[in-house]
Amino acid sequence: MKNKTAYMGLFLSFALILSYVESLIPFYFGVPGVKLGLANLAVLLVLYRYGWKEALALNLARVFLSGFLFGNLFMVIYSLAGAAGSFLVMCFLKKTRGFSIMGVSMAGGVCHNIGQVLVAYFVTKTAGIVFYLPVLLAAGLLTGLLIGLLAREVIKYIGKESVEEL
Amino acid sequence: MREKWKRNDIWLFLAIVLAALFLFLWQRAAFSVKGAVAVVSRDGETIGSYPLDGEERIVFTGSGGERNVLTIRDGEAYMEEADCPDRLCVKQGPVGKNGESIICLPHKLAVQIISEQTGEADILVK
Repeated sequence: MKNKTAYMGLFLSFALILSYVESLIPFYFGVPGVKLGLANLAVLLVLYRYGWKEALALNLARVFLSGFLFGNLFMVIYSLAGAAGSFLVMCFLKKTRGFSIMGVSMAGGVCHNIGQVLVAYFVTKTAGIVFYLPVLLAAGLLTGLLIGLLAREVIKYIGKESVEEL
Repeated sequence: MREKWKRNDIWLFLAIVLAALFLFLWQRAAFSVKGAVAVVSRDGETIGSYPLDGEERIVFTGSGGERNVLTIRDGEAYMEEADCPDRLCVKQGPVGKNGESIICLPHKLAVQIISEQTGEADILVK
């Protein structure tokens, strides 16, 4: 276990790189809040490799660091809401053991978007924001599915700590 | 070993697709009426309303100097300019149907289209 700190650092920088890549892609579907959610890949990997405590730490560090590196305080609050919702649901679904990593990731993607719509609603107090919900649900489902499939492939290789790491 | 799909994954997928579809169809019904007035609010407080049958270009400046320019033309309203970082409100394009809205999240500015008859949007989620 002595290398765990180093590995966590690696995962954090991986998450930050993904956030950076994502901020470079002018990914726009006509609806605010639709994002690939690439960084969730790192969160998923840590969640399956270590557990929810480690994943929570990574998630928080990632949101604050990437928010202040590539955005502003507003973006931190905005993405914190998405991250919190999606993280809770992902942990819960993983615990039930009834879902594969794809299912966990899909639920995460959808809840991320729902969380952001809720924040947008409380910020603007405009009910019209529900106009975006169907697109955001579908988008969260698809991006979550994509990230889940990716995570499944990566986890074959780094899913569990191997002997030489211990 | 790569992880296999589970039955619950499929149910989850179908449930979300159905929910999205249902919301979409419901909205299509709710948003099919042409709106009459664009109501602009900042931070939840109404700061102006503009009839859509006119032709107007309105500049909104917030307390922090943030700027939005709303243009009304041909029964539709669109955000012509905004100095927010993402400019999603500008990219969104025109709105004109009852209940539609443009939201500039960084500036907490919202434009909502309402119909004249009811005086408020037909859909209100509180």
